[in-house]
Amino acid sequence: MAFIDYYQILGVTKTATEKDIKAAYRKLARKYHPDLNPNDEEAKKKFQQLNEANEVLSDPEKRKKYDQYGENWQHGEAYEQARQQQGRQRSYGGGGQSFDFEGFDGGSDFSDFFRSMFGGAAGQARQARYRGQDYSTELHLNLKEAGETHKQTLAVNGKNIRITIPAGVENGQSIKIKGHGGAGGNNGPAGDLYIKIFVADDPKFKRKGADLYSNAKLDIYTAILGGEITADTLNGKVKVKVKPETQNGTKVKLKGKGLPVYKKDGEFGDLYITYDLQLPVNLTDKQKKLFEELARS
Amino acid sequence: MSTKHLITATDFCIYHQLESSFIADLQEAGLIQITVVNETPYIADDDVYKLERMIRLHNELDINVAGIEAITHLLKRMEDIQEEMRLLKNELKSHGD
Repeated sequence: MAFIDYYQILGVTKTATEKDIKAAYRKLARKYHPDLNPNDEEAKKKFQQLNEANEVLSDPEKRKKYDQYGENWQHGEAYEQARQQQGRQRSYGGGGQSFDFEGFDGGSDFSDFFRSMFGGAAGQARQARYRGQDYSTELHLNLKEAGETHKQTLAVNGKNIRITIPAGVENGQSIKIKGHGGAGGNNGPAGDLYIKIFVADDPKFKRKGADLYSNAKLDIYTAILGGEITADTLNGKVKVKVKPETQNGTKVKLKGKGLPVYKKDGEFGDLYITYDLQLPVNLTDKQKKLFEELARS
Repeated sequence: MSTKHLITATDFCIYHQLESSFIADLQEAGLIQITVVNETPYIADDDVYKLERMIRLHNELDINVAGIEAITHLLKRMEDIQEEMRLLKNELKSHGD
């Protein structure tokens, strides 16, 4: 367990006044506050360090202990025992500013160094309400599953949670399930559960929002004379009319045959099919002659 | 009107030890919506998460309502850009295959 230089964390000298410490904390907290840096784990970690530094340096008694034993924190226990004998009812935090610790996991966010010297989330934090920790998990779906509203059971922290996955979820999208994170402390609210969705690539269909793209083979006779082919959609096969003289690479749109639009009931994307013209092989002599005739005509 | 998903502004202020004028200022800035039912102001529970974020910014960082307004707009823009980036990444991926 390494010594933590709280003065360095706040960027102040050892002679800094309470006012200097408060100003330094405010300045850095504005930079690293998790509400201003959503989904930034580095900022969150930095903010926790700032809080810890502020928790110690803004409290005259803790600061005194830190200054006295800081680098020799292993000997701080004797001081702690003496302090406890002086009065267990003492309330911390009078000199320091109050911080709610909302969004964090209470004492577990303090470093081992802090806990060793001051014993967990000591001081003013003891009175604070804690919002429970946010949990996050991953859910892997295939394209067909992403196209259907369905229920999934997820095991989160030993509990099974049954949730509804709305049709049309996208790869990389996060779904927030309110109140399914860790329990709050001191009547604080529970955290939330964030589910990150991963939609696997499909061998047949490419996806762009709610629209799907695929390729279909087309023989030259149907391409030239027109006709009908059977094409795959996400929900089965459909017949598609082919116009005479259809060129290779022609794209046709099957309206409403894409994925459902996320959280828009009754709205669907489209399916775009690109034709891949297939030239005949292993022609018979008769067929070759017919092509020669065509070529001459 | 059903008040099933509404929290009275008074309860909310007591719970968070807030001056009711702070809620009124946020409403005036268009940052939250207050619904009045039988002369009682209510906050929609969907708004509670963002309201709590504003309270944290105010209490922990000394940011006033004008600052909260600017931050809220910028965070929204950031979220929109991140969402757009995610969609573009998916699109780029589909073109790369």
